Amino acid sequence: MSEPLIEINDLYLNYEIYEGTLQVLNGVQLKISKGEKIGLIGESGSGKTTTVRAITRIQANNAEITKGSIFYKGKDILNMSEKEMQTIRRKNISMIFQDPTAALNPVFTVKDQLFDVIKYSSAEKLTKQETMERAMKALKDVALPDPERILENYPIMLSGGMRQRICIAFALVSATELLIADEPGTSLDVTIEDQILRLLGQLVKDRGTSVILISHALGAVKGLVDKVYVMYAGNIIEGATTEELFSEPLHPYTVGLFKTVPKITGGGIPEAIKGRIPDYLNPPKGCRFAPRCEHVMPICSTEMPEFTNTGKGHEVMCYLFK
Amino acid sequence: MIRINMKMRGFVLRRLFSSIFVLLGLSILIFTISRLVPGDVARLALGPEAPQWVVDAYREKLHLNEPLPVQYYIWLTNALHGDFGESITSRRAVIDDFVQYFPATLELVIFSTIITISLSIIIGAYTGRRANSLADNAFRVLSYFGIAVPAFVWAIIGLFLFGFVWNVFPISGQLDTGVIRPPLVTGIMLVDAAIAGNWLAFANHLHHIILPSAVMSIARIAQDSKILRSGMVENLKKDYILAATSYGIPDQTITMKYLLKPSLIPMVSIMGMEVAQSIGGSFIIETVFNWPGFGKYGMKAMLMKDVNPIVASVMLIGASCAFVNILVDIIVAYLDPRIRVMEKAT
Amino acid sequence: MGSIIRLDEYQRESIKKSWSKFAGNRLSVIGLTSVILVIIIAIVSPWLAPYKQSWQPFVDFANASKPPTWDYLFGTDIFGRDILSRIMYALRWDLLIVIGCLSIDVIPGTILGLIAGYFKGSWLDTVIMRVADIVLAIPGIVLALAIATLLPPTLFNSMMAIASIWWPWYSRLSYGLTCSIRNEYFVQAAELMGENPFRIMFQEILPNFFSPILTKVSLDVGWVILWTSTLSFVGLGIQEPLPSLGNMVASGSRYMPDYWWMAIFPALAIAFTIMSFNLVGDGIRDMLAVEEL
Repeated sequence: MSEPLIEINDLYLNYEIYEGTLQVLNGVQLKISKGEKIGLIGESGSGKTTTVRAITRIQANNAEITKGSIFYKGKDILNMSEKEMQTIRRKNISMIFQDPTAALNPVFTVKDQLFDVIKYSSAEKLTKQETMERAMKALKDVALPDPERILENYPIMLSGGMRQRICIAFALVSATELLIADEPGTSLDVTIEDQILRLLGQLVKDRGTSVILISHALGAVKGLVDKVYVMYAGNIIEGATTEELFSEPLHPYTVGLFKTVPKITGGGIPEAIKGRIPDYLNPPKGCRFAPRCEHVMPICSTEMPEFTNTGKGHEVMCYLFK
Repeated sequence: MIRINMKMRGFVLRRLFSSIFVLLGLSILIFTISRLVPGDVARLALGPEAPQWVVDAYREKLHLNEPLPVQYYIWLTNALHGDFGESITSRRAVIDDFVQYFPATLELVIFSTIITISLSIIIGAYTGRRANSLADNAFRVLSYFGIAVPAFVWAIIGLFLFGFVWNVFPISGQLDTGVIRPPLVTGIMLVDAAIAGNWLAFANHLHHIILPSAVMSIARIAQDSKILRSGMVENLKKDYILAATSYGIPDQTITMKYLLKPSLIPMVSIMGMEVAQSIGGSFIIETVFNWPGFGKYGMKAMLMKDVNPIVASVMLIGASCAFVNILVDIIVAYLDPRIRVMEKAT
Repeated sequence: MGSIIRLDEYQRESIKKSWSKFAGNRLSVIGLTSVILVIIIAIVSPWLAPYKQSWQPFVDFANASKPPTWDYLFGTDIFGRDILSRIMYALRWDLLIVIGCLSIDVIPGTILGLIAGYFKGSWLDTVIMRVADIVLAIPGIVLALAIATLLPPTLFNSMMAIASIWWPWYSRLSYGLTCSIRNEYFVQAAELMGENPFRIMFQEILPNFFSPILTKVSLDVGWVILWTSTLSFVGLGIQEPLPSLGNMVASGSRYMPDYWWMAIFPALAIAFTIMSFNLVGDGIRDMLAVEEL
């Protein structure tokens, strides 16, 4: 087992807001190796975006990491200098945001923005010609027709699918090792979303880049990733290979999650999981899913369970499987 | 690029059209008010000593005995030829007065605008990036002062401090007596002096213009830098700034380029209204500093109830404001391509 | 529909929350205290001012042009009148003009905008908004000066001059609000049910204006005071021997720099008053903005 590319250990993160402190991340454990593709699923508000933004240190100003560490190839991300972090952002890790319209600066042309990304990601100084060549290549790689016209345009003049492809192009320029895709298809049409995910899959296969794919759509994740982690209320509660997780989900939350997906083979109206995600201002002690769990036991509400390995690379954080 | 220019043309034409309509309405408004003034306009103008026959003759001359719409029509046709009547106080055609005095006001407004834009961008960008720091809070308090205190109070304080206590700046006029005026070319003395190579006059005039334009700029800088700052604070949270950071683009570039440009838009949109306010403020500032500009002329006309210059002033200022607003709209459309696209849609 | 006075639990909570937000902001509290101070001074000045003759025809050359002393805290002017008392009395008039102006302008202006916005596209809309555009075509101060000079210089006239310039801002604001609210579902639902348009306008749409209009009014008070003092600075509005802050600065400025207190103290009074109202206005704006989230 090679050294993990990214290792998040016991990460605790809070947001300071007017009403108090939101204790969002509650001891996140995550590992990804070189060339590995993992999916991160969970409902809105479970802390997926917060976790991955911490990896590239672009979290909001009112976010505070109180405990834990993030390692990139053995280097301590949280404590390294800004300059070092910047080098990593430029060359090694990159992110694709959920809303491509918001992620592109509306008052600059695609060319302006792409040229800057290329400029800062390359080790040597490039001539204008070289930059242009790289820009065209980047756009062609994401299957955008007529790259010259696209470069001259402002983001508002392009369609949503095109904007997302452009964001992917930007990310690929500045990332050789890890690509973090934060719900890349959510704000797009379903058919476009499908195209984008396929494109992503193809690109990743060609380059051998690692991927963290965040989604709250289970089906999207299935075709693309090797391993899936399930996140709930600031904790990773289960992790397994894709096949394993989809065929045999263990954690009560994961089970409930799969039950909510309507099946084409029928079976009636799916039932939702009772209850809501906890209030981060006043989160429950112990397992955060306990208030909603059918199989809750007294110990669940007092102490956090540990990760248990049930074999076949399947880990789950639940007292049911101790 | 040609595509964009065509869109611009339609854009500008539409603005022009609505401005003309508005100016027409303004002329009706101010004309009616001026003619409905209680008391005899002619008598007010000539004073209580003038014999009645002079007053009557003057009434005839001003067509004051005609019905109002006729008066308006006469005035309008004359105005479109540049004839705004005569001023009683200067005994000259108003348009000649305008040509003489307006450039001085223009100079003041332009100078003040240059000062305002430069300082606002510097202060706004600095405080926007370092929100809630000591410097930011200090400037915030200062900007309260800047906005709250009326221009004439700043003028008085400025006169007091810089004119009397520390004798740094001259307190009136455009040039010290004894300095030779440069020959009239544009009317804007700085330009004229430079053209004539009269550097003494240039320097002296510069010395005179600093205090009045600084006073004119204070409220504007306070307002503009605040707007720029809040624009930057707002945009700092946007995804595209996060994205730029995550691509590894250096902080300096992000602030000066990617953050500044979208944040400037609200500030520039307000510029039009602001330049308009400055033109209005010139009435007071020029009076206090004895600056021979259109503002002082208009103010005097108003106090003397000299009707023709009053109406002309309002119209000419209205036209200048309309012009400035169109100009600002064009600049904003250049800065924000979203507006160009949306204009096409409407 | 419920009356404005009877508030339900949710509204009471919101008010409490808003107030705590306001009270938490130090600047706003300072502003509010100053405003209350100014208002109290204005109200009690006829009884509490040290030299009540100062605003009546009165001269006392023996005590003229005295610098600030313990007898005359802000000094005296060239006629021997106590500047402090004059300032206290002048505050009355200036505040009165502000109240008068805003009372005249806010409600009609808002209603005009509401009507124009509701009947958008009709001749009503065009007429109202075009007139508003015309009034806003030139800097208000110029138009106010023009109007005020064409009328005899009295307090009432200068108040009317400002009032005639200020209303379009409210119309524009309520026009924008009306247009955006008009397309909301609850309005369309009311229309579908066949509600009378006036009921819809005044009972469905108008109540939503409370926050923005209140914010604007609180921010405008400072501006109106500024304009009023500017108008009286050039000799319009209140005439001698009655004091107004502006005319005190004007007459005092003639004796600068030697008798600096004659102009500086009234100027400081103006600045202080405007600043206090601006602070309160900003506080109200911040307080209401949070609520809207």
